[in-house]
Amino acid sequence: MTVPRTASPVADRRARPGRAVLAAETRLFLREPGSLFWIVAFPTILLVVLAFVPGFDEPSADYGGRSFLDAYVPTSCLLAAIMGGILAMPTVISAYREQHVLRRIATTPARAGHVLGVQVALHAAAVLLSMVLVLAVSRLAFGVALPDTLPAWLLAYVLAVVAVLGVGALISGTAPSVRASSTLGIVAFLPLMFTAGVWYPVSAMGGLLRDIVAATPTGAAALAMDRAQAGDWPSLLQVSVVAGWAVLLAVLAVRCFRWQ
Amino acid sequence: MPLIEVRALRKTYRSTVAVEHVDLDVHEGEIIGVLGPNGAGKTTTVECMAGLTRPDRGTVRLAGHVPWRDRRQVTGLLGVQLQSSGLQAKLTAREAVAMVAAFHDAPADPDELIERLGLGRVAGTRYAKLSGGQQQRLAIATALVGRPRVVILDELTTGLDPEARRETWELIRNVRGSGTTVVLVTHLMEEAQQLCDRITVLAGGRVVAEGTPDDVVARSASSTVMSFTAPAAVLPADVLAGLPGVRQVERRGARLEVAGTDDGVLAVLRVLQERQVEPAGLRVSATTLDEAYLALVRRPDTDTAPAMEEIS
Repeated sequence: MTVPRTASPVADRRARPGRAVLAAETRLFLREPGSLFWIVAFPTILLVVLAFVPGFDEPSADYGGRSFLDAYVPTSCLLAAIMGGILAMPTVISAYREQHVLRRIATTPARAGHVLGVQVALHAAAVLLSMVLVLAVSRLAFGVALPDTLPAWLLAYVLAVVAVLGVGALISGTAPSVRASSTLGIVAFLPLMFTAGVWYPVSAMGGLLRDIVAATPTGAAALAMDRAQAGDWPSLLQVSVVAGWAVLLAVLAVRCFRWQ
Repeated sequence: MPLIEVRALRKTYRSTVAVEHVDLDVHEGEIIGVLGPNGAGKTTTVECMAGLTRPDRGTVRLAGHVPWRDRRQVTGLLGVQLQSSGLQAKLTAREAVAMVAAFHDAPADPDELIERLGLGRVAGTRYAKLSGGQQQRLAIATALVGRPRVVILDELTTGLDPEARRETWELIRNVRGSGTTVVLVTHLMEEAQQLCDRITVLAGGRVVAEGTPDDVVARSASSTVMSFTAPAAVLPADVLAGLPGVRQVERRGARLEVAGTDDGVLAVLRVLQERQVEPAGLRVSATTLDEAYLALVRRPDTDTAPAMEEIS
């Protein structure tokens, strides 16, 4: 086999397509200050602003004897997942398909699947970082106790992150253009925000509204996290609802993905 | 055995037949041109070679591998520059070439390649901020950086100015000179004539001619054009029209223009001699590849005749 000498070889080394994609995409991710702000900084900023509203840090019967701020910690964490999964990620993936980046990568030893996997992983990492920031700031600055049943809290949260990223992946995989992708994103954005309790804490909702919200991925997660925050194990039903959504959305997102 | 072997390729998209029937061999070390008007099936054919498209029927072997199945082997051997190949908008030129280099075991030096393609000054510029010509050259750099055994270039010099075009041709000659096989999809006859050892002309999803550029010109129905002055009274145009090897006769005032094969020219000269007509101002010239190409793709027997105005 003849090897062209279009330019001299650097040295023989093992190719690492996956690692090269990870390096390039990480660099690109850090070049999106807008996304980073909304995912990593905004949920904490919102919590800080609310902490200064008089009365929000006082225990109230509405929130089972805890303060509004206590009840808002899970919501802030879920908000990070919504920002990452619905607002940020679909635009990137849709643009990659529209601009034929996925197709270009498919002609190389790297796979387009590498790019998608890395994108999901990077957004998930930013979401988890945001969660750590929310927990740290609420604990250190405002004395909100860490979740008493931390493993259950984390389980419910991670399942919710998977479900929300699944919604985002489903949108970016099926929307025919970047424009359609952002429109669908906004359609999904508002109900997810509402059911995560951004406007009104899910635990304080009552009646039929609560039952409906409890059936949504972010609503069920908010309830499960709320109970774990207070030291109780979340009900099997709540966790099953979040887990069911996570599996369903992840499978749908993978199966429905259109490469071009 | 050819490096790339395409047999009885057929591909339809819904009701449109993109490729009707294509056979094509690409031999190691040659530059082969794939020519044809828009919609002739050029891009579909090379996409099947690259494994991006799976044909409905027919086979493709690239160094013995099936391009759409044996992805690992094929992507290791192949460099591709597609007509519509995007790079991440915020990746700089240098980062893009370095990323693709890292996909390969023994890549070329990204910086050296960037210099050679005249992108040194914009190496730190993001892809989206590059001009069309610079993006095109960057696409070529990413196709070559893995030091592929075969490189497929779809519309290599589209968007380049004449000088950059010539420099790119020189680069492709060097690439071939060092043993890389080149498959070049092009609209430009000059490019084909300058670069290609062999060309394949497609029209309506079929091969309508193949061979060296000179062969294709010589074998075209009107490889030669002759013109001379002879009054209509002495020599009506229809006397020549029926001669063997004469394809087209046109009268422009006192001047007759005859297009045909070399044999046709001799036949015309014989008639002139018999009739004792002196062909004043006789000119005989070989057809250019351009004209031969147009004659080929305009042939009425390609019933899915492509729209000529689309040729650019």
